Amino acid sequence: MHIDKTLRRAYNIEPNMCWECYSCVKACPHQAIDVRGYADFAPLGHSVRVLRDEEKGTIAWRIKFRNGKKDMELLAPITTKPWGTGYPDLAQASAPSKEMRDGELLFNEPKYVRMDDGGLHTLESNGLEIKEGVYY
Amino acid sequence: MGYKTIIEDDIDILVAGAGLGGTGAAFEARYWGKDKKIVIAEKANIDRSGAVAQGLYAINCYMGTRFGENNPEDHVRYARIDLMGMVREDLAFDMARHVDSTVHNFEDWGLPIMRNSKTGAYLREGRWQIMIHGESYKPIVAEAAKKSADKVFNRVCVTHLLMDDSKENRVAGAVGFNVRTGNYHVFKAKTVICGAGGASNIFKPRSVGEGAGRVWYAPWSSGSAYGLMIEAGAKMTQMENRIVLARFKDGYGPVGAYFLHLKTYTQNAYGEEYESKWFPELQERVGKEYLDPEASHTTHRPIPTCLRNHAIISEVNAGRGPIHMVTMEAFQDPHLEEIGWHNFLGMTVGQAVLWAATDVDPKYENPELTTSEPYVMGSHATGCGAWCSGPEDVSPPEYYWGYNRMTTIEGLFGAGDAVGGTPHAFSSGSFTEGRLAAKAACKYIDDGKAEGIRVSSEQIERRRKEIYKPLETYTVNRNEIVAGSVNPNYINPRQGLDRLQKLMDEYCGGFGVNYMTNDKLLHIGLKKMKALEEDLDKVAASDIHELLRAWELKHRFLTSESVFQHTLFRKETRWPGYYYRGDAMKLDDQNWHVLTVSRRDPKSGEYTMEKAPLYHLVGDIEDKDLAKLKAEGHH
Ligand SMILES: Cc1cc2nc3c(=O)[nH]c(=O)nc-3n(C[C@H](O)[C@H](O)[C@H](O)COP(=O)(O)OP(=O)(O)OC[C@H]3O[C@@H](n4cnc5c(N)ncnc54)[C@H](O)[C@@H]3O)c2cc1C
Ligand code: SF4
Ligand code: SF4
Repeated sequence: MHIDKTLRRAYNIEPNMCWECYSCVKACPHQAIDVRGYADFAPLGHSVRVLRDEEKGTIAWRIKFRNGKKDMELLAPITTKPWGTGYPDLAQASAPSKEMRDGELLFNEPKYVRMDDGGLHTLESNGLEIKEGVYY
Repeated sequence: MGYKTIIEDDIDILVAGAGLGGTGAAFEARYWGKDKKIVIAEKANIDRSGAVAQGLYAINCYMGTRFGENNPEDHVRYARIDLMGMVREDLAFDMARHVDSTVHNFEDWGLPIMRNSKTGAYLREGRWQIMIHGESYKPIVAEAAKKSADKVFNRVCVTHLLMDDSKENRVAGAVGFNVRTGNYHVFKAKTVICGAGGASNIFKPRSVGEGAGRVWYAPWSSGSAYGLMIEAGAKMTQMENRIVLARFKDGYGPVGAYFLHLKTYTQNAYGEEYESKWFPELQERVGKEYLDPEASHTTHRPIPTCLRNHAIISEVNAGRGPIHMVTMEAFQDPHLEEIGWHNFLGMTVGQAVLWAATDVDPKYENPELTTSEPYVMGSHATGCGAWCSGPEDVSPPEYYWGYNRMTTIEGLFGAGDAVGGTPHAFSSGSFTEGRLAAKAACKYIDDGKAEGIRVSSEQIERRRKEIYKPLETYTVNRNEIVAGSVNPNYINPRQGLDRLQKLMDEYCGGFGVNYMTNDKLLHIGLKKMKALEEDLDKVAASDIHELLRAWELKHRFLTSESVFQHTLFRKETRWPGYYYRGDAMKLDDQNWHVLTVSRRDPKSGEYTMEKAPLYHLVGDIEDKDLAKLKAEGHH
């Protein structure tokens, strides 16, 4: 998106490289961006609008059909936590042991793999062998 | 040109491209490298960059070991049959054994994952997919990466990797330019984790004109992961294994939830089931090991995605198109109807726009499906990418050279689409691969492997000149423009992209030729590619935005050339429905039960191709299925 300084309007400089992803639409704090479907295959007269609210943690959509027969409002959550919370501070987390460094575990593992006291899967634990060629 | 040079020095880990793979790498690196300098260089803004920009409605890779659902080896078996045998099973197993821990972290961070109210487990869309309210999936994971990284450089398009001037084949960082200011950015780093994503728009898309950006995979996925690594001389694997998607026509809306959760199904224009009738002939070509509808019926074994595409393509060619998705039954249930719409809004808004514009109400009309143009990527139902080392405790010697997910260039790692042979990783698996790569990169540094790296000012200056050359070409030649964009001395990036897409479509098996190619076509195509390469030296950019397009085009070109070389090398039709080699229409396990590996010599540009052995770690049929078959008297 660029801004036309004379008309004081933002515009899409390259519509044929636009994914219709609505990221710009959701980001504009004034709901100033509207989208119409591509002229090549989308007839005029429809509308899909959106309001994303990080404070409320929701996204609201309104879809209007060209023929006016359908006018839908849909609401979905976008997060379960106050925005930006819930992250571990990895710089402060206790340092991994040498054994962990040399082994196969990642942060929070093995606990977070199964959320119990079980270990990480290995070829050995799962009774597997890696063999060359078509044998299966 | 008044662009500044901005040097960021002493980086331990440079993440080049922070989509799902890159954010995973940046996040995890902080845990293993408490005092390490972690820097992200990203072409867009990491809050909304990459394939997950719109959000996702499902996490497509989750084992559910916690709920007693699947083991990693079950997923390996699934990915292998879906890819007609061609998978790096060590990498796939490794990703699958860690992926659940990634998803559980996501839930901690606030990603809304739906639950099955009866069992308390995550709500399954299919055997491997769980359903989420994922509109903010990318901002949520980006936040974790931002908390870990020392610096995030948004809007920097990485154009080249820097190489060590004191030791051959060792990485030393990367360079690029800011797509807004035009400034030249130099990142000197001990390791680079490449997460710059796969490639859309290298084959001519079905969409035209203003709508040309309405493609399946994001138009900003410029094959940079491949372009960067190929240019530096990294070995690549399975680059012939492009993917074709059966999706809702024009909007490219996803079909996973429709098939798996809403239980919709397809039929031809005349309301008939069409798939099964194409299978007997197909079975003769690919063999019963790969297509056995009966076994697929009674066991967990899926029918490979490419073969289902083949049925659609064949039915349409027989004159009974279009194929329809039968939604009219499921959508009578208001709850399912709502899910159907949410599914689009959460990940492919354009499909909702299209149905609203064309008055297609799936409750009263069965929408059309079609097969897409091909895409090159490594984390969806396909496995293009770099040839990487696997984990120490799983990989056989041919697949192991010291550090997990390290390419054949020392200190250069990959994640997500960048890594070859690992299909079906999807969003969660790509993030997991980033984590694995980050841990290995920290170890590489701690083991002293990055000592003594030297980057000459000659290298930095040479790249600088190269990067801005398209602007200069424009300035020098623009007076010869009569009007518009026609110039005898240069082409602009759009003209170059159009030529590339036409070439790929017509000679390398795009939708325009029904995905068909052969050795002759490939040779002609390669000759034309050489001429295009020469013209790319003369590509012109009138401003910084066009300069971005010029470099995307160069990355797309390198990706495409590799696809050509690999397609020519593998003399068989391994994935009917993705592409066909007309001169070798059968699957040939005798000669081609191997992975293809290529290297482009960075100095000469010449390709060398080799075959790498395939290692397997699981049998064909799951133990529980085997027991069931035996009980029914099949074996
Ligand atoms: C249409 C579609 C639907 C999908 N649906 C699902 C789904 O429902 N569930 C699921 O789990 N997975 C899904 N996936 C898969 C998932 O999105 C990918 O597996 C995942 O995003 C791959 O991660 P990545 O890091 O390799 O690439 P990406 O996430 O695409 O990230 C690549 C990053 O690199 C950046 N970049 C590119 N070039 C440069 C450059 N030159 N310099 C600097 N930065 C650069 C990009 O801006 C981007 O941020 C889907 C994919 C697609 C395309
Ligand atoms: S809809 Fe997406 S691709 Fe199109 S202009 Fe907005 S942000 Fe860019
Ligand atoms: S109001 Fe919206 S569209 Fe206008 S400049 Fe600001 S963000 Fe962009």
